[in-house]
Amino acid sequence: MDFLNAIVALLNFVIVPATAYGAQLALGALGVTLIYGILRFSNFAHGDTMAFGTMITIMATWGLQSLGFTAEPLPTALIALPLGIAATAALVVGTDKMVYHFYRQTKAKPVIFVIASIGVMFVMNGIVRFIIGVDDQNFADGARFLISARDFKEITGLDEGLAIRSTQAITVIVAILTVVALFWFLNKTRTGKSMRAFSDNEDLALLSGINPERVVMITWLIVAALATTAGVLYGLDKSFKPFTYFQLLLPIFAAAIVGGLGNPLGAILGGFLIAYSEIAVTYAFRKVVGYIGPEGWSPEGMLQLLSTDYKFAVSFTILLIVLLFKPTGIMKGKSV
Amino acid sequence: MNLTLDRKAAFLFALVAVLYIGTGFVQSWNTALSILNMGLISAIMALGVNIQWGYAGLFNVGVMGFTALGGLAAVLVASDPVEGAWGATSGWQILLALLMGGATIAAAIALWGKMKGHKLRGLAMAGLLIAGFFIFRAVFDPAVATVEAIDPALTGNIGGLGLPIILAWPVGGLLAAGAAWIIGKTALGLRSDYLAIATLGVAEIIIYILKNEDWLARGVKNVIGLPRPVPYEVDLQANQAFVGAMQGLGADPVTASSITVKLAYAVLFSIVLIALIWLTQRALNSPWGRMIRAIRDNEVSAAAMGKNVTARHLQIFILGSAVCGLAGAMMTTLDSQLVPSTYQPLRFTFLIWVMVIVGGSGNNIGAVLGGFLIWWFWIQVEPLGLLLLQGITAGMAEGWLKDHLMDAAAHMRLLTMGLILLLVLRFSPRGLLPER
Repeated sequence: MDFLNAIVALLNFVIVPATAYGAQLALGALGVTLIYGILRFSNFAHGDTMAFGTMITIMATWGLQSLGFTAEPLPTALIALPLGIAATAALVVGTDKMVYHFYRQTKAKPVIFVIASIGVMFVMNGIVRFIIGVDDQNFADGARFLISARDFKEITGLDEGLAIRSTQAITVIVAILTVVALFWFLNKTRTGKSMRAFSDNEDLALLSGINPERVVMITWLIVAALATTAGVLYGLDKSFKPFTYFQLLLPIFAAAIVGGLGNPLGAILGGFLIAYSEIAVTYAFRKVVGYIGPEGWSPEGMLQLLSTDYKFAVSFTILLIVLLFKPTGIMKGKSV
Repeated sequence: MNLTLDRKAAFLFALVAVLYIGTGFVQSWNTALSILNMGLISAIMALGVNIQWGYAGLFNVGVMGFTALGGLAAVLVASDPVEGAWGATSGWQILLALLMGGATIAAAIALWGKMKGHKLRGLAMAGLLIAGFFIFRAVFDPAVATVEAIDPALTGNIGGLGLPIILAWPVGGLLAAGAAWIIGKTALGLRSDYLAIATLGVAEIIIYILKNEDWLARGVKNVIGLPRPVPYEVDLQANQAFVGAMQGLGADPVTASSITVKLAYAVLFSIVLIALIWLTQRALNSPWGRMIRAIRDNEVSAAAMGKNVTARHLQIFILGSAVCGLAGAMMTTLDSQLVPSTYQPLRFTFLIWVMVIVGGSGNNIGAVLGGFLIWWFWIQVEPLGLLLLQGITAGMAEGWLKDHLMDAAAHMRLLTMGLILLLVLRFSPRGLLPER
């Protein structure tokens, strides 16, 4: 029984939240890695792209709610999501036309693209703050729990409860659907194949008649969808605050690099690796060990390796270790 | 230097001077001097970034972290010592724990080298690091608890040395240089984007440490009331000679005292800035400077000429970061306080980048110009934006939208800075004062 309790405690405090967080990071990292693969630069504006998409979705959600339309028991934001994606797609395609297109034509160095993306980041950040402000916005509605801790205890008779919030379940399901759709697109469709060809070898792809501007455009559309979905899922699971989204840039970059920049499968792997390590290292294992350990023997300390405030330090340390020992990432990525 | 560029520089600096002097006439001299003081510090930060980016093409987006380390130096050097913080079971034990932590990492690196090709290399290193971590925590945690228990409402940290705060400036540079050495050792030599991401991460971590390690600089409880290198306004107002002199000039002693204090800071900062400009210009025009630029323009051929590219990059990275650390210590001196939560990457890292790009990367004078100009805009965009929005909303009925727009004026500055950066990068990529 104690052993089961230990597993449930571990599931409740580590595995479930980390899986949801990992799915959000993976979607974010997929966006970064796709841009890196096709456009060949690290997009510093990605966090703010996520924030923009989420903002539009939130406003559409409010609109739907004020019309009395909800998606009970699902969050209304899921209905509003396509609108957020469409607006974000318009924004990033417009940004590409106005900013990045010029540097592609002049064949600027990758670092110039990065600096331009910093400018874009400022502008997007300004737009988001201008429209919705800097405060926390909570826009999750619908059923709160798939299974609450009390129900779980009653059903199983265990001492430990396992709570699965509906937003966590939705995150994982939506992320799986998105990833399946993305990989189907990349592997089965003609356009997807041309994207992969362009990413693998630009010159050969051009030779075989692939239109680079079209590939770039489709990449931005996909990135807009991924970024908005990731942002909305993160916002549903936690809450929406523009500055938090900017800070997400670090774990997202870490996930993309750890997995191997430019490699979509690696981005997913990296996202989960970062999420599990962040939460496992900052979780106090006292309860779990207390169940497994011998009778009456409970550890004195919290058995917490690092305080939760240092979760960014964890993703960063993993990033450094990978960079030092395997600079192209776990799954082989590119290197300019 | 070629003449037209000199003329252009003189013209642009005159323009910036007009902006600052205009602020003095339109708003107040107090405001103008406040902006000028931060402008001087911003110019120094921009110089630091220009050393890295303009000389060597290193993309450092961790300026905020180095600035904060400078601020930490100001606290550690200048704040009053805390009684009892340096007992055998407190301050010294923290220091011992940190040394042990460092020794563990050094031992792990040595072990990694020693066991090359051995099957158990990874396992042995992981074991050593984990054991070292637990020993570190065992020594570190009780000592921290002791220090943080000392009068937590007022101190609760290891305190400072109580030395003059000017000494903190070079110390801030040294602290930043030390951090830069560690980052440079690991991240330089990898691709350019990786250095950017590594520095971005380190900067965040430095801020997290400052926020959470209360024993160091009181965390989010902030350190306030750091000593000043210049007199206090109240002392000046109490000084008969000063009050007499100011009344003789027909000035209000209260305003005059605050202007005098700000002027004193401006003089101190100007001395540092001028010294740094002189040094950086000398360095840039020396054989060393030519070598650095040769490396930037073509690493392969520079390496073929026998130049050690990685070592030079490390050197440049450390120098530039040290300048940022120095500026950070000066800024904390100006504020007389260290407030970790005010360190925001948009303000302390990316804004400095806007200054360098706009001013002209590779040109020290350009970076300084960018520092003054962009800082002025950063401060003035808010009132200007408010005016603009007042104009737009003047005919609008009172209501939600009008209130919202007026509130949003505060966020105009990010938008403006982003647009300035994008426009300059697109239409004048070499900046206002290009490298010659």
